[in-house]
Amino acid sequence: MQQLIYFFQKYKYFLFFLFLEIIAVALIINNHSFHRSKFISSTNFITGGIQEKTSNISEYMNLKSQNKLLSEENTRLKNLLQQYNTIIDSVTLTQKNDSIFKQKFSFVNGKITSNNYTTPFNFLTVNRGSKNGLKKEMAVVNSKGIIGITDNVSGSYARVQSILNKNSKINARFKNGFHFGTLIWDGKNTNIVQLTDIPRQATYNVGDTIITGGKSTIFPEGILIGTVANVPDKITASNTIDIKLFNDMTNLGYVDIIISLDKEEIKTLQNKPNE
Amino acid sequence: MNKTLYIAFLFFFLLFLQVLVLNNVLFLGYINPYLYIAFVFLYPVRNNRFPFLFLSFLLGLCVDAFSNLGGVNAFSILFIAYIRVFFIRTIFRKTSSELSTFNLKLETFDKVFNYVALLTLIHHFLLFTLINFGFSNFTNVLLNTIFSTVFTLILYFLGSFIFSKKDS
Repeated sequence: MQQLIYFFQKYKYFLFFLFLEIIAVALIINNHSFHRSKFISSTNFITGGIQEKTSNISEYMNLKSQNKLLSEENTRLKNLLQQYNTIIDSVTLTQKNDSIFKQKFSFVNGKITSNNYTTPFNFLTVNRGSKNGLKKEMAVVNSKGIIGITDNVSGSYARVQSILNKNSKINARFKNGFHFGTLIWDGKNTNIVQLTDIPRQATYNVGDTIITGGKSTIFPEGILIGTVANVPDKITASNTIDIKLFNDMTNLGYVDIIISLDKEEIKTLQNKPNE
Repeated sequence: MNKTLYIAFLFFFLLFLQVLVLNNVLFLGYINPYLYIAFVFLYPVRNNRFPFLFLSFLLGLCVDAFSNLGGVNAFSILFIAYIRVFFIRTIFRKTSSELSTFNLKLETFDKVFNYVALLTLIHHFLLFTLINFGFSNFTNVLLNTIFSTVFTLILYFLGSFIFSKKDS
């Protein structure tokens, strides 16, 4: 017993140091797993509040580019509206009812309050939370394309796993064909992501557009991602190509969070045991 | 100045300087100074090291909470906080009885530089290795370590130069 007390006396600082380091390592490992709750993140009340304040100030710096984005989106939506008007004029309304009124997704707008893009595992914070109907695993997009998936939601903030995160895997396909692959990131360039596991039969050229595939319940089909940046000379086992993103991930402002209304139904259907 | 007040001021000043200003610098895209580790250099040497170790850990944890990094800053700053006393003993050649009167301002510049540079280098190397969380892109880790160390050191010595002039 005396020996034990002496041991603790002698190594008390080292043991305290070891104890705190183990806590730190546990937090690091916890941060790298998608499905666990997190304590040390930017969604809690204090850090989320402060970051919203600072982003309100720094917003003024890029008002111009954000305005440009919004006006571009306005133009695009006005064009779409004109197209629908012509459809309604020429085709009978009953045929179009389903695609127009049976809504599978609803959108919640929000603002990015903090943005990381320097590490291989990046996260964003958005100023919408469970009060606005957000849950885990919802898609986050803006007018230019995909941004990420929510992974941790508190009352009024949500943390988003960016597509610039080595853990992200998103189903994507070519716009001019139905061959699909998995979108990943190698952690090097914030403009370039990778599309991997493409079938060998797929043909593609530099400049082809990549969109989301719609095979997952998170992303609706057809959201823009980027264009093919270069075509490799020979096909390797994983068949990976570089994709240049439409979005500038270092300059994000207003976003939309997509709530999938059919998700629960699809999930329960897929999880039904075989009989 | 009251010591406890000084430490509390230092803690919050360095925390907010780091998360609100320095985390947004990103010189040339990815080089970032990590000046909050000045807490380890400026905290007075005492016999009881528990408050020092715990506050360093807490500072790292707060920086992590703002940048969504898990516990990497907490791990690295706690590591240099723990090994600080060994570096003071070897670089400044202090015996354990002289440690309580140790003051960084009274030492010569070359020794102080060695001490600060070594601890900064160790901290940054640990930090970037843990952020990377794997062995791919290891050249990136080394480059980041070297550039960010230089950046942090420049800021630290500029800062200490300005504040020491004010005192006299």
